[in-house]
Amino acid sequence: MKQKQIFQYLSRYGILVAFLILILLLSLLSPAFLKTTNIMNILRQTSVNGIVAVGMTFVIILAGIDLSVGSVIALAAVIAASFAHSGDYPLIVPVFAGLAVGGLCGFLNGFVIAKRKIAPFIMTLAMMTIARGAALVYTNGRPVIELSDSYNKIGGSYFLGIPLPVIIFIIIIFIGWVLLSKTVFGRHVYATGGNTTAAALSGIKTGKITIWVYTLAGILSGLAGIVLSSRVMSGSPATGQGYELDAIAAVVIGGTRLTGGVGTIFGTIVGVLIIGVMNNGLDLLNVSSYWQLVVKGIIILLAVVLEKKNSR
Amino acid sequence: MNNSDDISPFLEIQRLSKSFPGTVALDEVSLNVCRGEIHSLMGENGAGKSTLMKILAGIYQKDSGQILLNGQPVEIQNERQALQSGIAMVHQELNNFPEMTVAENIFAGREPSRLGMVKKEELNSRAGIILQEFHLNIDPHTKMGMLSISEMQLVEIVKAISCNAAILILDEPTSAISSIDADFLFEVLQRLKKQGVAIIYISHKMEEVFRISDRITVLRDGKWISTGYSTEITRDELIHKMVGRELKELFPDRTSIPGDTVLEVKNLSRQNAFIDISLSVRKGEVLGIAGLVGSGRSEFIKSIFGFPPADSGEILVMGKRVHIHSPGDAMNNGFALVPEDRKLAGLNLLGTVMFNTTLAVLPRFAGFGGMIHRTQEKQAAGYIASQLQVKSGTMNQLISNLSGGNQQKVVLAKWLLVEPSVLLLDEPTRGIDIGAKSEIYQLINKLAMEGMSILMVSSEMTELMGLCERIIAFRKGKISREFDRSGFNQEHILAAIMN
Repeated sequence: MKQKQIFQYLSRYGILVAFLILILLLSLLSPAFLKTTNIMNILRQTSVNGIVAVGMTFVIILAGIDLSVGSVIALAAVIAASFAHSGDYPLIVPVFAGLAVGGLCGFLNGFVIAKRKIAPFIMTLAMMTIARGAALVYTNGRPVIELSDSYNKIGGSYFLGIPLPVIIFIIIIFIGWVLLSKTVFGRHVYATGGNTTAAALSGIKTGKITIWVYTLAGILSGLAGIVLSSRVMSGSPATGQGYELDAIAAVVIGGTRLTGGVGTIFGTIVGVLIIGVMNNGLDLLNVSSYWQLVVKGIIILLAVVLEKKNSR
Repeated sequence: MNNSDDISPFLEIQRLSKSFPGTVALDEVSLNVCRGEIHSLMGENGAGKSTLMKILAGIYQKDSGQILLNGQPVEIQNERQALQSGIAMVHQELNNFPEMTVAENIFAGREPSRLGMVKKEELNSRAGIILQEFHLNIDPHTKMGMLSISEMQLVEIVKAISCNAAILILDEPTSAISSIDADFLFEVLQRLKKQGVAIIYISHKMEEVFRISDRITVLRDGKWISTGYSTEITRDELIHKMVGRELKELFPDRTSIPGDTVLEVKNLSRQNAFIDISLSVRKGEVLGIAGLVGSGRSEFIKSIFGFPPADSGEILVMGKRVHIHSPGDAMNNGFALVPEDRKLAGLNLLGTVMFNTTLAVLPRFAGFGGMIHRTQEKQAAGYIASQLQVKSGTMNQLISNLSGGNQQKVVLAKWLLVEPSVLLLDEPTRGIDIGAKSEIYQLINKLAMEGMSILMVSSEMTELMGLCERIIAFRKGKISREFDRSGFNQEHILAAIMN
């Protein structure tokens, strides 16, 4: 009985345990791993994926999926950057433009999914292509460069020794956590994802919830696009590719059910950090980036298998 | 009666036990079934009926005990082995391929083929012959999904028998079908009985159990209680054995008299569902709606709740016309709906008891920024759950861990928190045991006495006649007749709902 309890405990917090083991292993294998600069490095590298993954958590709990986030990142990045040449506009303008573009793409996703009953996979696949195309059209395929110092500071500066993107990420985590686990809205997201019919019969406007969740995911993609373009000091229409898959991977590793109704922000954060730490660790250990992909895939698979076993 | 006395038992279950974490589901249960016998298994939810049947069907594995077929011990490790031993189970939740034809469903997994290619013509002709043998008027080319629930059930039985099943297990086959369809099902069972098939029948419905069974076995709390010929036990004795206590007053009398009209519906219609329905419910009145599945009764009650709204007609509450376009509108006008299927429409099975209890009234506990005031929520949920005697370890337990009766009580609790003036109930006691049923009857009575107006759809005549002041009969989307309490007569009501 006691053994069983230990096992249950382990499988419930399995992801966290795996994360701690990973850290222990890497700190033993590489002395550079636990250095402050490296840790800050990891956090900064993960912050963009983390911001997107918070939005993706809402979408997947709603039993949806958002494949468009990578392209929306690019579209928001180029549009924000185009308003960010030095001396043109105050900083608020490119930031607002980036968030608005992301929000608009997300709203369109949510609107069509909710009102036209189109499968989220299809709608966001279409948006993925449209947004990427729009980013290329807008820039003629060339990156937007020569951005203002103030814009570049979003991704490049520090606050109390912590990189600003990390601070933004932490704020987003906090907002996401409060929204999902403390508010009526969050409860309605779980209800809609868990059983749409029961939710609708409880007086929940499931269509409205759907639109809001995709809009939120869009705004966060916009924010990610701003942070990313600012960090590399250019808005490239080719940026953000594959980010949707990293975000989905983080959410799934964090124990959120792909069929909706179950999941936490905390799990997603652990998922994001596992991917980040692993990439960083394998870099430190001079493992080729090709192999890193293989390892990442195996970890995703293990996480899902573990979750399946757990929920039975 | 058949002559099962003379025949040695075909299937013998000896001291079978099975435990799940925390509960003993079966405790040394012994039972035997003869060829050509319909053996009913009765008991409240959680009595162990389903566990026993799932062990026979190879879905669960026994912890200890023995299963003998024709005197020979058999080991049943999985569903395939059960089928090979001649045991087939037709589940309550039908498992079929709705997009494939009836013939393909019957032969799923054993299609006649050559070189890996399915022989379509043979498949269809053989399916046609089998269906004809059972006098089923079903075209083997039809898509399974186009059939009614009862037809699907019959096809599953046909499939089981065509696999040479000698033992057929039926788990609540009539819970979702009309009584006419049930009659046809019983005819088929009688025919199978004559062919020597042993049938194990699980049902909550007393009437049909007495009508079709040779013997009845009662289980309670995982233990065997009694086995006897159906002719030698009365209904009351059976209930007593099932619940382990007297159930004198299933339907207590209401002393209160209904007051003014609260709900009035005028000429309500919805395309392909119901036409021109007018009725009214008074304060403290329970109005029953009787009808077959597909008669428009559930569609009507759901349309009052705005899910989906009616096409035309008027709904008046306390004499004032209200416009209901969504469940939210309905709730704002004092309605609550306990829907027909708690798993599909009533509950979020991934959520906790608390989550489900407060879902419809969450904004009530919202403070700054839409944040939920947890203590208020807990108080409200705890209060209503204790009022309804929901048996749950904690409110943070997953709802899926509760028994059917307790899940249904949570659905009721959820809607009583809304404090409705009109409560719409759609099959409020479907698939729950008699103990929980009786509790829900008491509750309905109490609510009516406190002045709530209740509109209730049910397939169970006894329930409608026991609880309602008036009963309205639905037939093919229209009201066919109305009955007053003094004029309640089961045969007349049945006649009014039959097509």
